Amino acid sequence: MANMKMQKNPMPEQDPVVRAGNFDEVALGYSAEAAMDEAKRCLNCKNMPCRSGCPVAVRIPEFIAKVAEGDFEAAYQIVTSTNSLPAVCGRVCPQEKQCESKCVRGIKGESVGIGRLERFVADWHMANAEKKDPVVPASNGHRIAVVGSGPAGLTCAGDLRKMGYDVTVFEAFHKAGGVLVYGIPQFRLPKEIVAAEIDNLVAMGVKIVNNAIVGKSETVDELFEDGFEAVFIGSGAGLPQFLHIPGENLLGVYSANELLTRVNLMKAYRDDYDTPIKRFHRVAVVGAGNVAMDAARVAKRLGAEHVFIAYRRGRDELPARKEEVEHAEAEGIEFQLLNNPTRILAGEDGHVTGIELQRQELGEPDAKGRRSPVPVPGSEWVLDVDTVVIAIGTSPNPLIRNTTKGLTFTRKGGIEADEGGKTAREGVFAGGDAVTGSATVILAMGAGKAGAKSIDEYIKSKK
Amino acid sequence: MYKVVTKRFLNDAKTICLFEIEAPLVAKHAQAGQFVIFRLDEQGERVPVSVAGYDREKGTVTVMVQAAGRTTRMLHTVEQGDYISDFVGPLGKATEMEGLQKVCVVGGGVGCAIAYPIAKEMHERGIEVTFIAGFRSADIVILKEELKAVSDKLIMCTDDGTYGEKGFTTVFLKNEIEANIAEGKPQFDRVIAIGPDIMMKFLADVTRPYGISTIISLDPIMVDGTGMCGGCRVIVGGETKFACVDGPDFDAHQVDFDSLLKRAAFYKDEQDEAAKHICKITGGKRNG
Repeated sequence: MANMKMQKNPMPEQDPVVRAGNFDEVALGYSAEAAMDEAKRCLNCKNMPCRSGCPVAVRIPEFIAKVAEGDFEAAYQIVTSTNSLPAVCGRVCPQEKQCESKCVRGIKGESVGIGRLERFVADWHMANAEKKDPVVPASNGHRIAVVGSGPAGLTCAGDLRKMGYDVTVFEAFHKAGGVLVYGIPQFRLPKEIVAAEIDNLVAMGVKIVNNAIVGKSETVDELFEDGFEAVFIGSGAGLPQFLHIPGENLLGVYSANELLTRVNLMKAYRDDYDTPIKRFHRVAVVGAGNVAMDAARVAKRLGAEHVFIAYRRGRDELPARKEEVEHAEAEGIEFQLLNNPTRILAGEDGHVTGIELQRQELGEPDAKGRRSPVPVPGSEWVLDVDTVVIAIGTSPNPLIRNTTKGLTFTRKGGIEADEGGKTAREGVFAGGDAVTGSATVILAMGAGKAGAKSIDEYIKSKK
Repeated sequence: MYKVVTKRFLNDAKTICLFEIEAPLVAKHAQAGQFVIFRLDEQGERVPVSVAGYDREKGTVTVMVQAAGRTTRMLHTVEQGDYISDFVGPLGKATEMEGLQKVCVVGGGVGCAIAYPIAKEMHERGIEVTFIAGFRSADIVILKEELKAVSDKLIMCTDDGTYGEKGFTTVFLKNEIEANIAEGKPQFDRVIAIGPDIMMKFLADVTRPYGISTIISLDPIMVDGTGMCGGCRVIVGGETKFACVDGPDFDAHQVDFDSLLKRAAFYKDEQDEAAKHICKITGGKRNG
């Protein structure tokens, strides 16, 4: 008999006051008892609506059934048969918009905590499973290059390796993981988890070359000359967008990318690392997506007394996940909604002293149904801050665009590719943010998966 | 890991040191005017430094680094045969030389190390090179022989007159420009100036009234060097550019020097503080 409780088992969390002062993970994860109890809420629907909501098609009811039985390793094996990075997905996927949004239990009450269960089985495996060398599929002799070691690249690499391909991943940074290591903070996705997932891929035979900037150290043409038969580009959306308002180059204005990279990848929050970060006291983060929430919560943890989110629309329009907004609010992040920045102010020495905001009212819904902000004339006011973080999105990195012939690009700079990742150039496939512009980890993983399938078909068609 | 094949101090004061690093991927594509980013070890910061030379066959890249902050001082303690953890590039665009015939290259201090490969490349292409190299004093002068070999005319000067001519590069540049006019010789079709930001600002002021195209190479604060962090923003002709991908070379007459100078000093307090905490026993070797 299914567990008919209306609510999910709550996720144990660090106390908000305590966690706002440390970088340890906020969500602590289910216990085995809680996981089994939660798993029993699943009705094991025959048509698996949840699975249709998953970009990498995890066999959700099957793995949950194994959790309910207490066979966590079997559950893990089911998850990893389609998902190379379950510990990551269990933490950062917007399940409420994907698998969980399709869950029948969500019609009346809360959906099954699918993400929490996925995280549980991945963590359980990491902590308890007997350390076995993973199965290394024999090489089929075909070499594939993957550009970028973020979620798209890693997924593509993992899937291709499982099919027998000889895969080399090229990463521009000194550490693999892409946005998982430079972007998403430690307290939301511990870097040890990412490292373990990557180690797993390496143990499977995926080669990773760090400090290799395709487009600079090597071009796509040279990869082909070197004997790679296909190239998957998952170079992400690395280029930060700015507002183009006066004062954006003043001292104390960061892109979210810069703040997050300094802290997450370069560990500026730790005394034993050399990368510097300014001490700040009052911080305004412009934007309200997940990255803005991450930046705000990082700023708080670095000791800022007040951290504000400045966003031009209202609460109902906040693009960040509800959970992230709730976490941010609990930690004391202050929301200045319906306020659009018009300029950034500084003293004589060029250091930021404030940000001018203009109040907004919500107008008619736009094409996507989102109500557009309408400025209230003469309503400008100044919020005193010493630091401004711009977190309004990123664009695809132009390095590949500037150095690779034969590709076509969208108006926004993304590589044009079909659903399978096929680009205008033979043998070149692309996916993730490099194609779509900034989106989510799981969509990038889905694109990596599709890319791997297309590359496999392409190689086979050549024979 | 990247092996230090050669290490050699370039001046008596040991302020600037040459490192030849084994980095085949970087060596394959490096060109004059580009830069690399290095990191000493796991706790190290990412520091950009210009390419001073490369040997494609050997697979090595040479950089010349002045001990300024904590990391560069620690780098100076790395010995020949040691390894550093990261060395990535080449980054940025190469210096444009297409169609040039007569160029004045001006280097200030360690800027001469960056200007040297540019002058060398131009010299090899048959471009007439006048090189003005300025230093504070004799004990920090570098590349005396090398600069002579790549210049049609070399002017070495020091602020205090202890080596070469006495005076600032700005004065000698103006003299050369005026001499071209007075003697009816063709004017420089470009001035390339590399050195402290403040020197480049004044050199830009020298060439502006003559309308001589002037390029400067910038090295602002940056993290990744691939356009990702936006920390290296510079205002050029009223537009925001990223020095790492749009530069590092920019039109000196369009650069907003006021903003550049302020941004470069942003982490000065942190840098000064960090430099105080270099281990005095190991001389800067971590866990040494």
